[in-house]
Amino acid sequence: MSSYRIHGATGDWEVVIGLEVHAQITSNAKLFSGASTAFGAEPNTQVSLVDAAMPGMLPVLNAECVRQAVRTGMAIEAQINKYSRFDRKNYFYADLPQGYQISQLYHPIVGEGSLTIDADDKAGIPEDKIIGIERIHIEQDAGKLMHDQHPTMSYVDLNRVGVALMEIVSRPDMTSPAEAGAYVRKLRAILRYVGSCDGNMEEGSMRADVNVSVRKVGDPELGTRTETKNVNSVRFVMQTIEFEAQRQVDLIEDGGTVVQETRLFDPGTGTTRTMRSKEDAHDYRYFPDPDLLPLELGEDFLAECRASLPELPDAKRARYESELGLTPYNARELTAEVETFARYETLLAETARRAGKSEAEVATQVANWALSVAPGVFKSLGDDADPAYATAQAQAAILELQAAGAISGGQAKEIYEIVLKTGREPGEIAETEGLKQQSDTGAIELAVDEVIAANPDKVEQYRGGKDKLFGFFVGQTMKAMQGKANPAVVNDLLKAKLG
Amino acid sequence: MTDLTQLGIKPLRDGVAAGEFTAREVAEAFNAAVADASALNAFIVTTPDHALDAASKVDADRAAGKALGPMAGVPIGMKDLFCTQGVQTTAASHILEGFVPRYESTVSQKLWDAGAGMLGKLNLDQFAMGSSNETSHFGNVSSPWRRTGTNAPMSPGGSSGGSSAAVAARIAPAATGTDTGGSIRQPAAFTGICGIKPTYGRCSRWGVVAFASSLDQAGPMARSVEDCAIMLGAMAGFDPKDATSLKMDVPDWAAGLDGNLAGKTIGIPREYRMEGTDAAILDSWERGKQWLRDAGATIVDISLPHTKYALPAYYIIAPAEASSNLARYDGVRYGLRDLPDGAGLQDMYAETREAGFGDEVKRRILIGTYVLSAGFYDAYYTQAQKVRALVARDFEQAFAQCDLILAPTTPTASFPLGENSEDPLAMYLNDVFAVPASLAGLPAMSVPAMQNEGGLPLGLQLVGRPFDEQGVLNAGLAIEQRAGFSAQPDKWWC
Amino acid sequence: MSVDKATVTKIASLARIRMSDGELERMAPELSQILDWVEQLGEVDTAGVEPMTAVIPNSLRLRADVVDADPLTGGGRREDILANAPAAEHGFFGVPKVIE
Ligand SMILES: [Mg+2]
Ligand SMILES: [Zn+2]
Repeated sequence: MSSYRIHGATGDWEVVIGLEVHAQITSNAKLFSGASTAFGAEPNTQVSLVDAAMPGMLPVLNAECVRQAVRTGMAIEAQINKYSRFDRKNYFYADLPQGYQISQLYHPIVGEGSLTIDADDKAGIPEDKIIGIERIHIEQDAGKLMHDQHPTMSYVDLNRVGVALMEIVSRPDMTSPAEAGAYVRKLRAILRYVGSCDGNMEEGSMRADVNVSVRKVGDPELGTRTETKNVNSVRFVMQTIEFEAQRQVDLIEDGGTVVQETRLFDPGTGTTRTMRSKEDAHDYRYFPDPDLLPLELGEDFLAECRASLPELPDAKRARYESELGLTPYNARELTAEVETFARYETLLAETARRAGKSEAEVATQVANWALSVAPGVFKSLGDDADPAYATAQAQAAILELQAAGAISGGQAKEIYEIVLKTGREPGEIAETEGLKQQSDTGAIELAVDEVIAANPDKVEQYRGGKDKLFGFFVGQTMKAMQGKANPAVVNDLLKAKLG
Repeated sequence: MTDLTQLGIKPLRDGVAAGEFTAREVAEAFNAAVADASALNAFIVTTPDHALDAASKVDADRAAGKALGPMAGVPIGMKDLFCTQGVQTTAASHILEGFVPRYESTVSQKLWDAGAGMLGKLNLDQFAMGSSNETSHFGNVSSPWRRTGTNAPMSPGGSSGGSSAAVAARIAPAATGTDTGGSIRQPAAFTGICGIKPTYGRCSRWGVVAFASSLDQAGPMARSVEDCAIMLGAMAGFDPKDATSLKMDVPDWAAGLDGNLAGKTIGIPREYRMEGTDAAILDSWERGKQWLRDAGATIVDISLPHTKYALPAYYIIAPAEASSNLARYDGVRYGLRDLPDGAGLQDMYAETREAGFGDEVKRRILIGTYVLSAGFYDAYYTQAQKVRALVARDFEQAFAQCDLILAPTTPTASFPLGENSEDPLAMYLNDVFAVPASLAGLPAMSVPAMQNEGGLPLGLQLVGRPFDEQGVLNAGLAIEQRAGFSAQPDKWWC
Repeated sequence: MSVDKATVTKIASLARIRMSDGELERMAPELSQILDWVEQLGEVDTAGVEPMTAVIPNSLRLRADVVDADPLTGGGRREDILANAPAAEHGFFGVPKVIE
């Protein structure tokens, strides 16, 4: 249980949060028309006669949108409804040409499921927590209004009208801004793994309606909730909750009551306010869309959806720990984002292949490289680094040299710096720049012998039980080798000779 | 030379193909007849050039030895519910006055592809809501028929009243209609012509201004059963743009026509014998049975127990769908905008819709809004859809005993304009026999049977199993052959 | 009577149709009469009956995810989209200013 509390004048309050996330389904064409979904086009250029709700126009369902919603449902282990229907939600607004949104109320395509948010002590999430997902339904997006182009008019752009959305409705299972943030991040990761939504919150591909209510700690009754619409970043979701929870507590403690209403978030001030345009629209007169028949999904279709699902974040993370032997921290970091694991897996495969080792043998080395070494080098170079040179081949070549003992960790960094600046080949850099360590036993043995001969007293003390002196001999040998000796070889030889 | 306007689809097409006359001569003859008949108010706009251009193309194709389509050389009237590219499309409403679509409905496009031309856009009840053609923003349509000894303008039926009037008056050889709850069959019956509503899904709804999506079906209105078969063949067919379109081959109904009904069983639904039905209507029904018997069919009594509830169910479902379908008329993207000084967006909607919709349209939008509103949805809409399922089940069970159903098309003959317009309920009762087949999506046709003592035409209705347009047309043909209906209205309008 | 003037006022507002007092007075009894009449459906025993979903037995057909496969249902036709607009400006539809 989260310990997030609002400390009011009359006592402590807890907050109850449910999220309705609208995620744009990745598809080429719109949900019910053939117009493109591409972002950023000139106004009203991606609008079909159907989207503009010209008289006599009819919707025809895009199969890909159905497939992606079903795959998403499978990814949250939800019930997939073989029978679903589309309903009309009726209301009047300038961004809604039909005068209704085609959505699914009575029979959504995806039923009950869940996702797990990960423990995060720093964020106040002491352990993993399962968040229920009530349903996922498919619906149409609305258009866009611009209010600042003309003194007395708003301008309407219908490009987004009819773009397919999944509305993913959580249970009111979250009790702190951090949990809500973690939920959105996890959901986003799952959608991106599945490929059903690009998760691009700046472009509006994912936005959340945030339902917040407060109650006295221990009160079994839920308070009246407000719904803040279209919040489009994780940070804003958290700010909305913080603001709303405090506002509601203040309101109640001042003797007021919370009104169930739709609110808008203002990113500039981090506050919310009543949404005037939605004031009177609460009777949506839902009924089954008579232009569309019931949607029935066959076993073959469902089997194909299931077969096309990739390994999902939780499974991948568990496998990284059990099969690759990564630490829980590394496993979590590497699986958090699609790009991160994709880069890691490519580099891991390439490194293992070059080194002639199993992936498990090099997994930790590659993980450390991918999570801290490589990003560190890259960052330190600033504009001097050319990202185009950061290829898997180049990095694997460095890791291979390191795994074979040909270069040290420090040399690996130095070589990578040069790679990022020049694009030169790591093996060639190691040769020409002398960035190699000595593994030739003969040369190292000579140095070891010299160090032992030069320090008879210390040898005496070491043999007498002063183990700590081992480091001194390593240091002396490395110094003699100008830092280019393979530390493993040095260790082995010293141990053998000192007895 | 023959009066070309006396000819229907088949003789016109065949005459053009045989070189007896040119398509252009046909178009000119009908254009002239249309121009002379403005007293009927059957057309909202006329498009003589469209008819002439299509005719010229047919004549050129013929001269070039090209194959001609099944409607080649036939100029038709187009109900103003079908969107026609470059030609104003209004649904007889003020709110769409001046709307010029940049697209062509699937059905009208198919007709042009089959070689037909357009005489103009036909008047109708506003948004196809009405049974008498008194709700058009562009004025009432007069039937060409008059009750013997009177001059009172009569209703051509509705909503396809412009279509029925034009075909009956011989100013168009045929016309398109749409039928939501009888809007092809009832006006056909009122004016002594044939009209068929095919199985729901046969004709694409794409580009047809929607009234009630789960009921709307297009169909032909013409002078003979055979003409209906030809024209329906040109209108029907799968359309990927309509999710309710049937993915089925279109049979060659015209080629399959056969008036011999040996081996067929015709059901007579006892519940259609309602109080208030005209004696003449009942007489026509009796004659119909005899004609079908003469054609070789067996007549059996059947029961459609939920008949009484079809009409009230219809008056929930159709307005509910309409209230939503008509939400798009909001003054933003096309059509009328009424924006008083200082009005906001929601005021603009309310003013525009107040000014743009007629009374009957408003009435139905309000009923539809009410029955869908919070707390009422289940009691009205869900119950109506359950009753609808029962109505459909009645038919299914009946069709286990018979192949086709024979019934009157309407409970009365045409009535004078204005007679029922004050009483919406009385008007709705006009469709009592037509609505059940609409609710069940079945193919149904009206064929002229006889005239009543006032000289007004009466129609008989045939209802078939889903997809059995052929059976319906064949039985229609059997009636047509025996009824020998050849009466024409006196030409008072020019 | 099923609906009074106040109810019709509310319904008209939901339907975005402005109605004068006179119209409301006239319309309320008409609507009441129609609603009273349709209420006879309540007599029908519909226990165990599923509401009709598809008029003709048929299930939903899906289309492939292809942009502008048919120009009639594709985009890229702004001029057609705006051609009939009462106020089209700079490629947009103009409406009275909305305060959100
Ligand atoms: Mg929502
Ligand atoms: Zn939604």
